[in-house]
Amino acid sequence: MHPLRKQRLFTVLFIVIASSTVIALMLYAARESINLFYPPSKIVDGEAPVGRNIKAGGCVVPGSVVRSDKSLQIDFDITDGRATISVVYEGILPDLFAEGEAAVVDGKLDADFKLHATRVLAKHDENYTPAEVSENLQASEESAGYKGQGAEHVKTCESVSYDS
Amino acid sequence: MPWLALVGIVLFLVGAIWGLGFAPADSKQGNSYRIIFLHVPASFLAMAGYYVMAICGAVGLIWRMKISFMMMKSAAPIGAVLTFISLVTGSIWGKPTWGTWWEWDARITFMLILFFLYLGVWALQTSYQDRDAADKTSAILALVGTVNIPIIYKSVDWWYSLHQPATLKLTGPSSIDASMAYPLIVMIVAFYVLYTWMLLDRTRIEILERERKSRWVQAIFGQ
Repeated sequence: MHPLRKQRLFTVLFIVIASSTVIALMLYAARESINLFYPPSKIVDGEAPVGRNIKAGGCVVPGSVVRSDKSLQIDFDITDGRATISVVYEGILPDLFAEGEAAVVDGKLDADFKLHATRVLAKHDENYTPAEVSENLQASEESAGYKGQGAEHVKTCESVSYDS
Repeated sequence: MPWLALVGIVLFLVGAIWGLGFAPADSKQGNSYRIIFLHVPASFLAMAGYYVMAICGAVGLIWRMKISFMMMKSAAPIGAVLTFISLVTGSIWGKPTWGTWWEWDARITFMLILFFLYLGVWALQTSYQDRDAADKTSAILALVGTVNIPIIYKSVDWWYSLHQPATLKLTGPSSIDASMAYPLIVMIVAFYVLYTWMLLDRTRIEILERERKSRWVQAIFGQ
């Protein structure tokens, strides 16, 4: 390669590597603020501030959703497999909110790690299945002995992994 | 290259009709999932197109090839439009699925930065009187921005985010049913073909415009 072009090649590589390093360091420094939400285990560890607006994300524990008869109030638990926190919310839920599905809630923590939510978002998983296929899948899993809440919980929330 | 456009349009129509009309509805989202047939290919090409633009910029800087800079300039508006389609379709899908139009989620925010990088390269190209200075500055911006592409790609794995992880996986089985995956793959191929066609077409226009004073261009237009 012509020496001049070689020099320009190194300049180009330098630009790419130097800017990537700078941005990688910035993102590393800001990693906590780039996370959209806290998983319940970090909230229980006391990493999330109490009394300030935060977001928490996790799997809605099957069987934990309790709807009030008189108002739009709804109580449910979210988990990341290691810890569980309870959430209370008053308002309209997105269509895809369901037990065994992931959700992100926006609100304030009280002293007992109960989250008073002002907004609930449903987090969709990466699985796309037609209705018939998903019914068949459930039927075959039930006949294979995967029954009960625990198995259902493991099955539906396995895609929600928070291991960083 | 009219045959390239023809292949692209046929693939696009096949993929769109198959995906929107014949692929089964999703068990949880119902019909709203069908927006992936636009959203996913547009996002793929928005990111791949950025590498096309940056590599053209690098080749132009190293070998001082004029045509490389012309291709880089042509890639910027196409990429900006694709990124915009990706953001808008994602937002339209996000409202019924997540419950929000916009969230400052890592993937979404870095995608917005990608949009601004495309606009930046495009703007730099038009803001210089001197062609050479415009090409060099925008190539440097394009190169600096390349770091954003792996960040967008890995954002859903590195941080807790609202956006779901990848459905189509290079290694291991994809978590999409085959009846939905095939039209999606047809759409992705269609977008690649249409992208190539648009890039080559725009580059040809750019060559004619930059060489308008040369004899061969004037001969074509009979002046």
